Amino acid sequence: MSKQNNSFLEWIDKRFPLVSTWKEHFTEYYAPKNFNFWYFFGSLALLVLVNQLVTGIFLTMSYKPDASLAFASVEYIMRDVEFGWLIRYMHSTGASMFFVVVYLHMFRGMMYGSYRKPRELLWLIGMAIFFVLMSLAFTGYILPWGQMSYWGAQVIVSMFEAIPFIGETLHNWILGDFMLSDAALNRFFAYHVVTLPVLIVVLVFVHIIALHEVGSNNPDGIEIKENKNPETKIPVDGIPFHPYYTVKDIFGVVVFLIVFCGIIFFAPEMGGYFLEHNNFIPADTLKTPDHIAPVWYFTPYYSMLRAVTVNFLWVDAKLWGVFLMVAGVAIFCFLPWLDRSPVKSIRYKGPIFKFALTLFVISFFVLGWLGTQQPTPLYTLLAQIFSVIYFAFFILMPWYSKIDKTKPEPKRVTK
Amino acid sequence: MNRIKIFLIVLCLAPLSLFAAEPGMPLDSAPINQTDNESLQRGAETFVNYCLTCHGASFMRYNRHRDIGLENEAEVTEKLILTGQKPGDLMLSAMRKYEGEEWFGVAPPDLSVIARAKGADWLYTYLRAFYRDESTVSGWNNLVFDRVAMPHVLYELQGEQELVVETVAGKEVKSLELAKPGTMTVSEYDRYVADLVNYMVYLSEPAANDRKQLGILVMIFLFGMLGLTYVLYREYWKDIH
Amino acid sequence: MADSFSIDSKMSGRRKFLVAATSVAGGVAGVGIATPFVLSMMPSERAKAAGAPVEVDISKLEEGMLLMVEWRGRVVWVLERTPSMLATLEKLEPKLADPNSEKNQQPDYAKNRTRSIKPEILVVEGICTHLGCSPVFRKDIAPEDLGSDWLGGFFCPCHGSKFDLAGRVYKSVPAPTNLVVPPHTYLSDNVLLIGAESKESA
Repeated sequence: MSKQNNSFLEWIDKRFPLVSTWKEHFTEYYAPKNFNFWYFFGSLALLVLVNQLVTGIFLTMSYKPDASLAFASVEYIMRDVEFGWLIRYMHSTGASMFFVVVYLHMFRGMMYGSYRKPRELLWLIGMAIFFVLMSLAFTGYILPWGQMSYWGAQVIVSMFEAIPFIGETLHNWILGDFMLSDAALNRFFAYHVVTLPVLIVVLVFVHIIALHEVGSNNPDGIEIKENKNPETKIPVDGIPFHPYYTVKDIFGVVVFLIVFCGIIFFAPEMGGYFLEHNNFIPADTLKTPDHIAPVWYFTPYYSMLRAVTVNFLWVDAKLWGVFLMVAGVAIFCFLPWLDRSPVKSIRYKGPIFKFALTLFVISFFVLGWLGTQQPTPLYTLLAQIFSVIYFAFFILMPWYSKIDKTKPEPKRVTK
Repeated sequence: MNRIKIFLIVLCLAPLSLFAAEPGMPLDSAPINQTDNESLQRGAETFVNYCLTCHGASFMRYNRHRDIGLENEAEVTEKLILTGQKPGDLMLSAMRKYEGEEWFGVAPPDLSVIARAKGADWLYTYLRAFYRDESTVSGWNNLVFDRVAMPHVLYELQGEQELVVETVAGKEVKSLELAKPGTMTVSEYDRYVADLVNYMVYLSEPAANDRKQLGILVMIFLFGMLGLTYVLYREYWKDIH
Repeated sequence: MADSFSIDSKMSGRRKFLVAATSVAGGVAGVGIATPFVLSMMPSERAKAAGAPVEVDISKLEEGMLLMVEWRGRVVWVLERTPSMLATLEKLEPKLADPNSEKNQQPDYAKNRTRSIKPEILVVEGICTHLGCSPVFRKDIAPEDLGSDWLGGFFCPCHGSKFDLAGRVYKSVPAPTNLVVPPHTYLSDNVLLIGAESKESA
């Protein structure tokens, strides 16, 4: 039996590099042995991506991208399609959980300096994935054509009008109409189900190739490739990804699924955070809901958008708000060059960095919370203060990361 | 560990509901039970008798009511279908959209998913908070929905309420007083509305009970998997020192 | 490839058992998750509602006239046959592949020469049993294209299958079986119900 197996593998292998690929990326890909739970979120993001692709395909079988039919077709899925409710909730919950795991994955990188040399490009590819993910979330949220879909999209698309000279033309070009309408719904559907999924799959593939080229970072932030066994050429602190990290990740997947299924089956709306209450009212182009807020994963940036209330340097507040919001996302791209610390990991960085990172996390959450609230003068002031803290974390990094008192890195990874 | 604490605190805040109520008007908690089929059936009959005249529930099929114990179609036809539709049909309103616009100024909204948009407590409070107000077109107003276009359809049952405004410690406090009693006592009417709201919550997501039941099975399976995969993980990681 | 995860002799018994148990549980999970996706592709409640039985008023049906009714998105013919049309049925039997309707293409109450409940009224799905085209009703006798022995019937233009006026298939044509008689019943003299045998089972 096994001999037969081997000859079949040989036949394949002469025509396709199956065994060598498997070895290179699984059994002979040596990952540091000191990964902690923060290292689950990469593989979990991949799992959620697969979930979104599969459930998404099944949703397109019954969804209708037509302004007069879209809302009803979603309810058709929820009621008339057998198990349609399950597939829809898997997709809507998956969208939010995608951001949960990706934010945690990014935070892991910030803690352990995973963006630093030689992983700058890996980090940039990851940022590209994050941009595409945001676009996917945005275009997907429009599709049910409820009140929040409509007015949320209206607000986002109106931001393009802030761009000088070409703003209005660009706005109309994006919508294919002079206002948000059926034409935009139809094309956003095309982006959501074809363009962006293809793009994200390609980028994820490239992200993994880049990761396996440079090797994984670890909580100690030291390069395991610099300490190889002279005979075997295998890193002393490396262990084969398969079976050790496959069994560990499978365990992580089950833990994740318990949370994921808990939401799907017992709280699919998550109190209005994953599925907003107002989105159960069909889009009404004449009446804005009393209170609109984007879905939770966009709210930190939404707060920055609203935080700018004064015109400055010949540019009006609206454009500054848009600029700040885009900058709030894009500034992550510069991290590899902002961090001047001699060490990578938070374990060996000094108190200033720990303090700065804590402030950053607090400002991220406060901005996120403020984004769900109606603006009041106090909240606007808070949004301004925390936006400043948010950006200060990045802009002051070249300075504070240099003067910070670091500890020496160990030669070998620690537990 | 600071970060994790912050994360946990924010997670705890997350389930706080985001229903946007009219400011200042506290909502009564709706005494409903989604597993009480008798209550749901009473609510369904009230719904088709009163609500369906003007509002549609156009994403819902009559024969779907097997979920709440109306198993055979003859029973569904007898209890719920007043418009000569078939059991497999969607619950459409007898009134056309343009007629609604003509009569009320706005077309009455479809009620299929209204409970998910407004919340059970809002509906329960709203349906009990109509009062006489001669300044409006319909002659009715509502404490939680100011100048609502809809008249008080259930007034024969509840009676007529009047608005009482008192000033307590410099603040205006609005309350309602029963001026003319209806055919039901206050507690009978509350029960009646609770049944209706119970049904409307079911109507907004008919699969909800199936969802929770399936969820329990899935969770039991996953906890089994959790133990198994943990033991497998520990077994392999004995190799690593 | 076979060096670390497949069950082999170097593994401890405990490890073998755990890998096997996890694989089985994973397989169960896989089937469990695939099930709703597969089922979601079955006809939905809307399709089922559209497939509900239809009532047909046949009071205006005349002799020799073919009425087309839509049931489950397909065409059902209701034909009131004249006495001369009925007379052709016996005559043609030597030319037919299944004159006694032995194959299960009709409910029991239509397993007779006229393939109907009432002798004169034929209720049959207008879909060729070959590859699903809809045959043409040809009541003209001995036309040029169908030959001098044609006594009236249904002719499928796609691949040339022929059926008699009871929907029975000729010998030596591509279609293998008689046309399908759907479940039907008469609610009254003039009301025909297609798609169910009684109002209650509808």
